[in-house]
Amino acid sequence: MITETVATGTREGGLGLRADGVALGHGGRTVVAGLDLAVRAGEILVIAGPSGCGKSTLLRALAGLLPVTAGRLTAGDAPVTGPSPDRALVFQDDALLPWRTALRNVELPLAIRGVPRRERRAAARDWLGRVGLADAAGRYPRELSGGMRQRVQLARALAGAPRAVLMDEPFGALDAQTRAGMQALLLDVLRAAPATVVFVTHDVDEALALGDRVVVLGAAGVTAQITVPHPRTPVRDPALRDALLRALGAQEREAV
Amino acid sequence: MTVVEERTVTVPVRRERPVVRRAVRGLALLGALGVWQVLTAADARVWVRFDRLPGPVEVAREFGRQLGHGPYYADVAQSLVRILTGFGLAAVAGIGLGIALARSRWAQDLLQPLLEVARPIPAIALVPVAILLFPANEQGIVFITFTAAFFPVLVSTRHAVAALPGVWEDAVRTLGGGRWRVLTGVVLPGALPGVFGGLSVGMGVAWICVVSAEMISGDFGVGYRTWQAYTIVDYPGVLVGMITIGVLGRATSGLVELAGRRLLAGRLG
Repeated sequence: MITETVATGTREGGLGLRADGVALGHGGRTVVAGLDLAVRAGEILVIAGPSGCGKSTLLRALAGLLPVTAGRLTAGDAPVTGPSPDRALVFQDDALLPWRTALRNVELPLAIRGVPRRERRAAARDWLGRVGLADAAGRYPRELSGGMRQRVQLARALAGAPRAVLMDEPFGALDAQTRAGMQALLLDVLRAAPATVVFVTHDVDEALALGDRVVVLGAAGVTAQITVPHPRTPVRDPALRDALLRALGAQEREAV
Repeated sequence: MTVVEERTVTVPVRRERPVVRRAVRGLALLGALGVWQVLTAADARVWVRFDRLPGPVEVAREFGRQLGHGPYYADVAQSLVRILTGFGLAAVAGIGLGIALARSRWAQDLLQPLLEVARPIPAIALVPVAILLFPANEQGIVFITFTAAFFPVLVSTRHAVAALPGVWEDAVRTLGGGRWRVLTGVVLPGALPGVFGGLSVGMGVAWICVVSAEMISGDFGVGYRTWQAYTIVDYPGVLVGMITIGVLGRATSGLVELAGRRLLAGRLG
């Protein structure tokens, strides 16, 4: 039963996210300043940029883990003041609790919400099935490959029926083949459970394969924006790829 | 490369059978007992003097006699109550304060200086303070035991908590978990392997201190009985006490390790 409610929970549509004049930093060091960005409800927005440009910092701020030093972040109609199960964060690696099995990791958001054991177990099993890991339910993270761990993480993030999923280079540590499989899986899973996705990557092909829109981030905020004409399809568009590479290249030179 | 491979092939050939190894170990132990018996029976004086030390046969006979009498068990029970009380309190306080120190700046500023001042003092040196502070001997001994076990647990808990990767806590918070969930769902289970290291060490030190404290100021207990036997020139009784202390120490650390293995099952190999 709960799988139904969980699924409808996400089907209600994604959460719009906004940054207005946002500055971010840690330890007195400003990473990004004057950032304006609007993420439309239900879209996949890819944030690209050189390392150190503040992609991950922005994602942490959107998740509510890092307060802004200036400006305003809003999720839906409400300002972001802290973490919320509405905005799930998927980390690059090793974010699964190693003392919990895959199944119990996926159960976690439901357990936090107080869903009774039997229901949350069924829902978690369903989610593991959707990411192709029905057989790995009883295994611990250390017994899973990097790709499998990321699939469990995806299932865990989505099991809580978040309205926005923030993904911080989630496939960055995987080999090319696994990575392509994961991208397809992500799009597949999102079709059944739509949510707003903010996806950070520095891989141009990944950005174009997943994004409805790609923005390039620099120290002064968004420096370029590309709308993908045939989003969420494996269509290759060399001209678009060149345009994004140029935008990233300009960013890279500026950063140096 | 080939040389290395050849070596790895030859290793299994030289492996001893476990039965043989166990027999060798048993014989080594029996051999030591035999040497002890011979030396004491011959009243050997080879700079170290064996003429007053009781031999293993004498000790075994005394052990048998004591095992048939009530006071032996009363002493064992008394020592166990002391160690379990002191150790239990130390475990609770050490884990609690260790977490607080690792996670709260207030706790750090308030407690750190105090604890740093008290830590270098060996627990057994607190005996005079314990006698002054506590109305009953019993409480003093438990206090000494507590202090002994407290610091290893505290220090290892603090380090284990401080070393936790932040990503686990971030993950739980972004899934909707609050402070309590982070504490019980991430900090405690995450720090558990390190905490058990401290508990093991703490149990060992606690035994040293309970026995010493009993020798100094006890009215009952294995340590008291051992010292008592010495003062009345009952040397076999002293050795029975020593062996009892060893067995109890081994049993209690074994319990701590067993609990650790149970709780950490699945996480380790």
